[in-house]
Amino acid sequence: MASSISRRQFVKLSGITAAGFGGASLITACGGKSSSSAGGSSIKVGVMGPYSGDLAQYGLAVRNGAELYVKQVNAAGGINGKQVELSIQDEKGDATEAVNAYNKMAEEGVVGIIGDVTSTPSIAVAQASVADNMPLVSASATAADFIAFGPNAFRACITDPYQGKLMADFAASRGYKTVGTIYNSGGDYEAGVNDAFVKEASAKGITITTQQAYASGDVDFNAPLTSIISTNPDAILSPNYYQDDGKIVTQARALGYKGVFLGADGWSNIVGGKEEYASAADLEGCFYDCSFISEDESDKVQQFIKDYEAEYGSAPTNFCALGYDAAMVMLSAIETVEQAGATEAGSDDYRQAVVDAIASGKVEGVTGSIKYNGTGDPVKPTLVITFEGGSQKVFDTIEAD
Amino acid sequence: MVKETRDPKPYISLGAGGRRGRRPLPMPVRYAINAALVLAFLVVGELLIDGGSISRYQTSVLEQIGIYVIMAVSLNIATGYLGQLPLGHAGFMSVGGYSCAILIMRLQPVFGIALRDFAAPTPAALALFVCGLLFGGAMAALCGLVIGIPALRLKGDYLAIITLGFAEIIRVVMLNVDGLLGVDLTGGAKGLTGIPAYTSFLNTFVVVAISLFLIHTMMKSRHGRAILAIRDNEIAAEATGVNTTYYKTLAFVVSAFFAGIAGGLYAGCIGVMAPAKFGFMKSVEVLVMVVLGGMGSMLGSVLSATVLTILPEALRAFADYRTLAYAVVLIVVMIFRPQGLMGTYDFSLTSWVDRFRNGDLPWKKQKGGEVRADA
Repeated sequence: MASSISRRQFVKLSGITAAGFGGASLITACGGKSSSSAGGSSIKVGVMGPYSGDLAQYGLAVRNGAELYVKQVNAAGGINGKQVELSIQDEKGDATEAVNAYNKMAEEGVVGIIGDVTSTPSIAVAQASVADNMPLVSASATAADFIAFGPNAFRACITDPYQGKLMADFAASRGYKTVGTIYNSGGDYEAGVNDAFVKEASAKGITITTQQAYASGDVDFNAPLTSIISTNPDAILSPNYYQDDGKIVTQARALGYKGVFLGADGWSNIVGGKEEYASAADLEGCFYDCSFISEDESDKVQQFIKDYEAEYGSAPTNFCALGYDAAMVMLSAIETVEQAGATEAGSDDYRQAVVDAIASGKVEGVTGSIKYNGTGDPVKPTLVITFEGGSQKVFDTIEAD
Repeated sequence: MVKETRDPKPYISLGAGGRRGRRPLPMPVRYAINAALVLAFLVVGELLIDGGSISRYQTSVLEQIGIYVIMAVSLNIATGYLGQLPLGHAGFMSVGGYSCAILIMRLQPVFGIALRDFAAPTPAALALFVCGLLFGGAMAALCGLVIGIPALRLKGDYLAIITLGFAEIIRVVMLNVDGLLGVDLTGGAKGLTGIPAYTSFLNTFVVVAISLFLIHTMMKSRHGRAILAIRDNEIAAEATGVNTTYYKTLAFVVSAFFAGIAGGLYAGCIGVMAPAKFGFMKSVEVLVMVVLGGMGSMLGSVLSATVLTILPEALRAFADYRTLAYAVVLIVVMIFRPQGLMGTYDFSLTSWVDRFRNGDLPWKKQKGGEVRADA
């Protein structure tokens, strides 16, 4: 059997395929047009994030949370009688694709976008959206720059520097005098939290004994941990993602370190999942800050968990809750604008009105009440979580200053 | 009948002059025909964009196509024409991108150029854009020279590994240069943000056209023939007096230079440069374009860069299945066209015009027993 075909045959074949695809897309385009023209009674909101690739778990969690909220709003009659329609686009965690997805959504006439999820694509989208003044609410873009380009970008989560500062203040309030840090220098999140922690801790009189950087993908942390432990700190800051943190804690305990570990919200999946990243005994008494844990007793959180499990059959994570809250921030603002009437969806005035409504509004989300104080950074409470006998509990709630 | 998988035709054809009884077009006419074609594409594109037939989303995808066309064609110099296997092309792209973006960002306030000056280019903005791209290309070429001299003593797998290692070095340098030197240059892990959007369809198209023209003419020249000779048989080439070290380095540096230019355009198109985006996978992505298009075929590189850039966007309708579909397309092509889409064929408008004038068209029956190699 001849397994290869000649160039001429190939050109012919691909020509036929391309024509077929073109025809099909033309038909779907026509079909799409007729359905969108009929949809005068719906409001279109964009949702973007990485739904394939390395970062898919975060993107899907945010999307699930946002979809849940939209479903609830629609079930309750929508906004002013209009159903909310979502335009969902995958960007694979890539800035190029994120810009493409943004342009596509802007053309589809979305009134606002819930996204993006990870830092670099979020910044790319924030830059691209300034000229359109497109309202953006990100569930999880913690990079400081995300809101730096224009007044149209908001986030529902707290930032990396804020977390670093918060944990430093917390460390000071616990009376720690010396802290060593270990962080992934290849990640903007890890490095961002670490830098802010070191700055604030030094200002609060805590001695940073050593800062150990490691590279993405490292699994053996014995060398940096040995040099940290040799400085004998009261606590070790490990502001990384839970897979790394689990290994760091386990290896440090094996090296004989008895002190406390401090972390940031990257720790939030370290217990409670199918896999055990670190044993209960090793984690006992460690602290990290977070916006949401499922062990939170409050009714709002428990109701959200019940709804989420009914919809998806699994327990929500921190990112699901933030996605839910981001959707809430966006839709509440749209509701305000819709109720005021007057402006037409898709116009410049409408977008400005949504941006203004987000900036001046306040919502009671599952991660606490969220309002904005003149910037895109939320003013919201943060939980400090500790471990007790292998499960997590809320140690303290720190109100925003 | 089982066909040979390798095209026996020469990689760069000798043009229309090879066949008997032909009246080839004079060179100035050939240039005029090609220039007219390029101009026609440009005018049609610009008219469609201004008229709103091509939306902003499509324009942005078109710009990315242009960027990847330069990437693929420039890698094709080292892979298809020189016959080496470098795996560090993304490294050169990031060097060019960072250099160009940093230069433009630093000089923009000095010359008082506003963002909108890039959209409807003022002379100063245009000069800065050109300087930025050339600077990006030059920095990438410099890196290409530094890596090329030691690396090109090696062959095959060894060259692949050393270039791969070098691209990783570039990525790690971009990541840590700020922290180590205490300067504010690349922005470290969070990347370089706020790059002005100086890339547009018009300037991308012009840069692509110039790049392709320069690469094409280089490959048709004495230097190009020397490079092809090295690929076909290095020992024979050396024996006939070709300075192999010089020409290998030259091809490598030129390849890096154009990757740097593409990087400069990329920075302006996306607005964010992050070291993590220029890892090993980006190099492989470009290599896939070259191999898919056919090594040694410029048309192949252009076509496959176009197809592979459009494909993920065109498949958006399939949502979660689109990465799968992308892989399936690659596998199907590699099974049925192991030599790449175009093999080693290169399109030449002028030779078609020539054939037309001579009535020598492929769908007419060939007379006199002359069998075309690719029929």
